[in-house]
Formats: sequence, C-alpha cells, structure tokens
Amino acid sequence: MQFAPGLERLIDALRCLPGVGAKTAQRMAFHLLQRDREGGQRLAEAVAHALEHIGRCQRCRMFSEEALCGICQSSRRDGALLCVVESPADVLAIEQNTDYAGHYFVLLGRLSPIDGVGPDELGITDLVPRLDAGEVREIILATGSTVEGEATAQFLADLARERNVSVSRIAHGVPMGGELEYVDAGTLTQAFTGRTRL
Amino acid sequence: MRLEHLHLVHFKNHSGADVSLGPQVNCFLGDNGSGKTNVLDAVHYLCFCKSYFNPIDAQNIAHGEPFMLVQGDFDRLDTKERVSCGVQRGAKKQFKRNDKPYKRLAEHIGRFPAVMIAPDDAELIQGGSEMRRKWMDAVISQYDRTYLEALIDVNKALVQRNALLRYFAENRTFDAGLLAPWNARIAPKAAVIAKARRSFVDSFLPGFLATYEEISGGAEQVGLTLTTHVSEDSEAIEAKMLAAQDEDRRLRRTTVGVHKDDVVFTLGDHALKRFGSQGQQKSFLVALRLAQLSFIEEATGVKPILLLDDIFDKIDEKRVEALMKRVTNGTFGQVFITDTHLGRIPDMFAATGADVRVFEVQSGEVIPQTVDA
Repeated sequence: MQFAPGLERLIDALRCLPGVGAKTAQRMAFHLLQRDREGGQRLAEAVAHALEHIGRCQRCRMFSEEALCGICQSSRRDGALLCVVESPADVLAIEQNTDYAGHYFVLLGRLSPIDGVGPDELGITDLVPRLDAGEVREIILATGSTVEGEATAQFLADLARERNVSVSRIAHGVPMGGELEYVDAGTLTQAFTGRTRL
Repeated sequence: MRLEHLHLVHFKNHSGADVSLGPQVNCFLGDNGSGKTNVLDAVHYLCFCKSYFNPIDAQNIAHGEPFMLVQGDFDRLDTKERVSCGVQRGAKKQFKRNDKPYKRLAEHIGRFPAVMIAPDDAELIQGGSEMRRKWMDAVISQYDRTYLEALIDVNKALVQRNALLRYFAENRTFDAGLLAPWNARIAPKAAVIAKARRSFVDSFLPGFLATYEEISGGAEQVGLTLTTHVSEDSEAIEAKMLAAQDEDRRLRRTTVGVHKDDVVFTLGDHALKRFGSQGQQKSFLVALRLAQLSFIEEATGVKPILLLDDIFDKIDEKRVEALMKRVTNGTFGQVFITDTHLGRIPDMFAATGADVRVFEVQSGEVIPQTVDA
C-alpha cells in the first residue's frame, strides 16, 4: 500500500529520534494528523526555531541562543570552579539537583580512539586557554565512570596539574538511601576505596 | 546445587523439550547428531550465559525459527531459582533470574557454577595462550567478582589503547600524553588480575596434583605454572608500559600486560603440549577439570554441576567407573553425561545404587527411559 508521500516522509523523519522505531513513528504521525494538528504545528515551529537559533556557548559548549550561555554570563557564578561533563544533559542534571554554583565545560563526548574521538573532538583546545588564564582554581571532573569516562578524566587531570590547577573527581559509590546488599561489586569496591574519614 | 527441570524451545535441534532431571546422574544417550550434547550445552547456557561451543547466540537458534528459549529451574542452597535465556534474531539476548532481567551478564557468572568436560578440550593444551587465559579467567570469575570486573575493564581499555596506537601509525604522529590515561586505567586493574591469577594457581595446584595422581595411578609427575612478565604492583606495571612505549608504537599494539600471561602445563621436565601422549593429555585434562570443580566448590560453597560430554572419548572404561564411584559417594553433585552406547553407563551404575535417570535423545526429542534397578 502506498501512503501519501508526505506521510511517509513524516514517519521517516520521526524515526531520527532515539528510541523511536517504525511502529512508534507511525503512531506519532497519525496522532499529529488525526488528533492534534495544532500540537504538530507548535512542534514544527519549535523545532525550526530551535535549530535556527540554538547554537553552542563559546565558552562552555553548552546549548545557548546567544554567544555565551546564561551560566557563563551570570555574575553570580563562581569563576574559580570549573566542572567538566560529557554532555549537556549532565549539566542539566547537576543544575537541577545540586547547589553547584561554578562554571561548566561540556566535552560533547569522551576519549574513544576506536570511534576516532580524540582531544580535538572534545574541544580541549578551547579548554586549555581557560586553564591557562588563571581564574580557574579547581577543576571538577564529572565524566562517567565507564572505562572511557575514567580515561578522559585521567587525561584532563594531567592537563590541569601541568597548569597548577587543583583537580578533583566526583565520588562514586553507594547511592543515597541505598542498601549495601543491592550494590554491584564494582561500585561497592569503589565505595570502599573512596571511603571518607568522619 | 542442582537443576531440577529444563525447558527448551527452538534451541539448536530441540524444537521443544521438557526434561525433569534427577538429583544425581542424568544420562543422555543417542546417536551422533541426535542432540544429546545440546542438552549439556543448554545447561552451560544457563550457568555461563552462553554456549560452550558457539559464542554467537543467533546461531544457536534452530534453523528457520525466529527465537529460542532455554529455561531451567534450579535448587541452589535450598532455594528455588528460575534462570532463563531468550534470544530473538536481531535483538539483544534476554537473560533473567527469577523473571528479573540482568542489567549486566557479568552479575550472573559464578552464581550457578558448572564444569564442562568436552572432547574439544584438547585445545586447552594444544592451542595458543589465549585458551589457557580464558580457562583461568573462567574459573576465577566464578568466585571472584572483582576479578571479572577488572578483566572487562582492562579488555575495554586495551581495545582503545591499541586503536590509538594504530591511529598514531596511520597518521604518522605520536603523543605520549594520549597513551598515558589508558596506561593509568589499565595498570591498577592489571595488578588486581595478576594478584588473583597468582593466588589462584598457588591454591589450585595441590588439589590438581592429587587428582592427577588418582586418575593416572601416580605414573608421572605433572606441573602447572603461571608465566607472566608483569608484577603485581600497579606502579611497576605502569612504568613497564611506559618503557615499552616505543616497541608498542612500532608493533601498533600493547606489548606489556596481563593479556600476555600463560599457564604452562608440564609432564616431568617437558612441555605437555609436545611430549605428552594422547592418553596423558586426556588424563591431564580430566584431572584439570575435576580439580577445577572441587576448587570452585571450596571457593563458593556451591557444588557445581558436572557436564561430561563423550567421556569415553577421553578415558577408558575402568577410569570412568572409578570416576562414577566418586559421583555416588558424594564427591560430585549433579552430573550430566552423554554417551552413544545405550547400555554402557546405566550398566556401570547398576551396582552402585546411585540415582540414575536415563534419557534417550532422538533428533531433538528427549525421552525418559525406565531403568530396571
């Protein structure tokens, strides 16, 4: 059966979203056309607007509509603290859930030679001048605890130490309110290695 | 630990099988190609999340079928547990314990220990060092969770480090600063692995020597030594990696590390690989596996399942009989055994009073037989 060509295009386009397969894309397309054309219009406009206006912050590589993002512009943030994360989603998580009030640097990935991702792809050339400038006193490494995330942290730590910037790594271990018996072996081992003195 | 019930759907040549198993000896008898080894492999799947013979899951699905399911009901330390493994073509394997899917398969390894003795085992002696490292890894992982985690990490980091070395070579560039973070990731984990392997070999050896003597009648002296060129100290390993940097660069791969370890099997003063007779090599393998079984039991407190595939291919009838006595006197737990002769194994057990269940396997069908006691 041949769909209306525009419908097929829409279904195909929706499949670019993560977690959306053929069936879901089809349901979404039918929903928009059948029940919520207004919502579809809003979605189309929002996507077009976002794609046109949202770029990268020149300082931290976070999404921003201006040359500098809100955090980089803010005078109330502590310029001596710099937190390095892998993705914009990590910035959001930290902003929404902690009282961290320093600046960020978003790598948009992690070191992975097998995927051809090296320091250049992670914008290290933008990060180095910031460390050289002398304003940053502490760099907080908040990359993931995967093998690649750890290697990236290690690489950044070496970079920062050469520039006399103090380096810290976020803690890994037992989740708050968590019971020890349900914690996996790797995390528990890490929790013991990284135990803190009371 | 024992497996009480096995349920197979589209697994290899079994379109659908439901087998209720006995607590001691379970014999699967049938012609070559009937599917008796596949029953043992199904048990292997449940214990190790994968086939003993074919590591590609989709290739274990019956020809032309969309999916397969292997499900087992275990009695482990007096608790009933259900383990299931479902594979659908084109999808990720679903491995569940008590209907809860595992996030990481590594968490399952070791919980349901088993030891397989199969004809193609000779590779362990004849094959490259990788085979023996895999053997060591498989045994240690069954009782040391930290070891498995370290092993997974080191392997991932090695893949990345080697990719980096290739990148350097292909682009005629080099940056030691880019290698350093991978060295720093690898070294501490390699130290964990080196230490665990050393202590494994040390504590495994006495039991193995005793088992070999029992099987061979004390005819010759065998040995088993770990060879490695790294120490158990993280900093020393990192320093050694740094020193080998130029060599790595030239060869485009990591030359220093626990991925170069080997276990050397000896017979008298010679390498078993070159100087052992067929019979000596077979006895060595059987002793190795049986010692492995006792070792795992001691380390985990769980009696592993013993899977014996075509055991007569390995050792003569007299030794099998001696082996079977150990089954009945409680040295082993549950045993799964295959044979092409219909009467041989049941006859052997007739006098021992062991609980023996016999199943005839015919083109993927598993049919329970009644044994005249």
